[in-house]
Amino acid sequence: MSGHSEFQPTSAPAKWLERRLPILSLLHGAAVAFPTPKNLNYWWTFGGILMFCLGVQILTGIILAMHFTPHVDMAFSSVEHIMRDVNYGWLIRYIHSNGASMFFIAVYIHMFRGLYYGSYKEPRELIWILGVVIYLLMMAAAFFGYVIVWGQMSFWGATVITNLFGAIPVVGDGLLSLLWGGFSVDNPTLNRFFSLHYLVPFLIAGLVILHIWALHVPGNNNPLGIDVKGPQDTVTFHPYYTVKDTFAVVMFMLFFAFFVFYMPNALGDPDNYIEANRLSTPAHIVPEWYLLPYYAILRSIPDKLFGVGAMGLAIVTLFLIPWLDTSRVRSARFRPLYKQFFWLFVIDAVVLGYIGAKPPEGMYLIIGRLATAYYFFHFYIILPVLGLVETPKPLPESISKSVLDKSAAGKPA
Amino acid sequence: MTNKLQIILGGVFLAAAAIALPLDAAHASEGGELKHVNWSFNGPFGTFDRAQLKRGFQVYREVCSACHSVKFMSYRNLSEAGGPEYTDAETKTIAATNKVMDGPDRDGEMFERPAEPKDRIVKPFPNDNAARAANNGALPPDLSLMTKARHDGPNYVYSILTGYADAPEGVVMADGMNYNHYFPGQQIAMPPPLSDDQVTYEDGAPATLDQMAQDVSAFLTWTAEPKLEDRHKLGLKVVLFLIVFAGLLFASYKRIWKDQH
Ligand code: HEC
Ligand code: HEM
Repeated sequence: MSGHSEFQPTSAPAKWLERRLPILSLLHGAAVAFPTPKNLNYWWTFGGILMFCLGVQILTGIILAMHFTPHVDMAFSSVEHIMRDVNYGWLIRYIHSNGASMFFIAVYIHMFRGLYYGSYKEPRELIWILGVVIYLLMMAAAFFGYVIVWGQMSFWGATVITNLFGAIPVVGDGLLSLLWGGFSVDNPTLNRFFSLHYLVPFLIAGLVILHIWALHVPGNNNPLGIDVKGPQDTVTFHPYYTVKDTFAVVMFMLFFAFFVFYMPNALGDPDNYIEANRLSTPAHIVPEWYLLPYYAILRSIPDKLFGVGAMGLAIVTLFLIPWLDTSRVRSARFRPLYKQFFWLFVIDAVVLGYIGAKPPEGMYLIIGRLATAYYFFHFYIILPVLGLVETPKPLPESISKSVLDKSAAGKPA
Repeated sequence: MTNKLQIILGGVFLAAAAIALPLDAAHASEGGELKHVNWSFNGPFGTFDRAQLKRGFQVYREVCSACHSVKFMSYRNLSEAGGPEYTDAETKTIAATNKVMDGPDRDGEMFERPAEPKDRIVKPFPNDNAARAANNGALPPDLSLMTKARHDGPNYVYSILTGYADAPEGVVMADGMNYNHYFPGQQIAMPPPLSDDQVTYEDGAPATLDQMAQDVSAFLTWTAEPKLEDRHKLGLKVVLFLIVFAGLLFASYKRIWKDQH
């Protein structure tokens, strides 16, 4: 992270601190002087947006936890207490519950950005891998959070998802009683899920630091996917990208605000406004939208063990992408074939999400199976083969040359 | 360059709409297609109609409360801003018509006293078993969150209340069940609760079935979302602020990047 900073503290306290703990120059190097490609587009603002999301979840979560009671008899009504009696409790809770969805919208855009521009390729493999770990932890955090509200979908979602772990051979049963803290989803489950729900976001925060540290070694990729050749290709992070990222965050806040203020329950399931009841099973048990593609993969396979296996493999596959993609060219801009397969994959992911919300029968089951097969086909066949057979377009000489050409073309001479 | 800003702003609005609209449309329940009421609380500027909430509360009190609780509501909520806004005195009187158990007193005895504004609205039955026993085995659910616990809740409750009919030819009804067009499976244990002139409205409005169904559905929307008006009002301020803030940031962005383009 260091090495980019000529930072010299001027004030006496700053000098005092710097001699003992050079944290000011570290931050200066990472967030002020850091040389950043000058051609980043708006898809690159989602990293900053994600940091904003994490901050919002932690802040609102800490306040919610002050008023929330993790007990099967009181969890649901303590959430209603937050909604009705805590000052601005409704606002805090709607920000937190919609914030989870916003977080996932941002992370999916961020990940697809990486797929499109080949940001996972050498030398950025580890950045990608840390990202996938963060994504996994996000799913865990969101799942735990959804369960602790103790609505019908919390309880039955928890029952279905924890039972999946029971399908794992040998360790399944042990794992299950560890998750449950008993013989079914019950008070001990709620207690440990609350504890984990509080813990995981801080693990995420730690991983985000590693993610950015790893990013600051090679620096950002960029829409052209070519390396930075020298200072003429970059600008300092501040003020150029601080202002652009802040603008993007505020636009994102607008989008976020629409949900919080005008359709706060549109992304949630109405069944979760019914208190958990182990004697009445909801007609359709579905996870929140951001987990639906995996749910579709799980249910497309009739055997429980193999279904869980396929779902696990779908996630593990993400870790392998840097090595499954054999092309040396990063950006899809210069990969005419990959560009088309990229969009096919986006469609496939959306189809899987749609199928995940539908009952696994008739046409839905057939489409779900085809989409599942295509998911794996994309990563294990198309990605490796394309790199070998595709002829990429010629790459531009440098970032600065391409930027100059573009502005020359855009303006009348 | 403001063009670009407009495009981005437009994109954000469109994206929000694109996600929300199909979600709303996808809410077809297993019952029939719901009837739609043009509620006063719809839309970003929607507010509750106080007179309607009062009428709705009257219907709840005189009819539904025989079977259904609204356990998340207290009497004091009736006089709070954004609700029916009864006066404090009216609320006291309303509360006092009910009895609650209190105690133990100094002798260790439990005693009954008239309810006060701080008390929860009194439930019709002490527990679920008592409720079932009185209702042919069926449990009348708590109604506080009903309009959020069903897709398109306000229209759903309205449709249920006005959706009773004679069972069509050939449909075999289970014992004690009633045909309702909008209930999943069309057989509901609740007998038709409302009929014309069931209540005599304090404000003199004609108590048609349709009017009472609308009023009580609006009331139940308030019990589910008592902060709806606050939310709409604050939302407007927040959105306006963010739009101005985004404009300023975009101008700064253009200025800072001028030497780079
Ligand atoms: C005689 C008792 C009784 C009265 C009075 C009554 N209900 Fe019900 N209600 C029931 C029962 C029993 C059920 C459960 C029905 C079932 O599950 O089949 C029910 C269910 C409901 C439901 C839930 C339907 C669903 O989707 O699960 C709503 C909404 C409802 N009642 C509203 C009202 C309203 C509003 C009033 C007053 C106008 C009212 N009820 C009056 C007994 C009653
Ligand atoms: C990665 C960050 C986080 C994510 C993705 C997340 C997600 C969620 C979700 C989906 C819910 C259910 C919302 C609902 O339906 O009401 C929830 C609830 C909750 N979360 Fe979090 N959360 C995060 C961080 C935190 C943190 C850091 C805390 C505490 C310090 C916290 C405390 C709570 C509490 C108390 C609830 C229950 C109250 C409620 O329903 O609003 N969360 N969370």
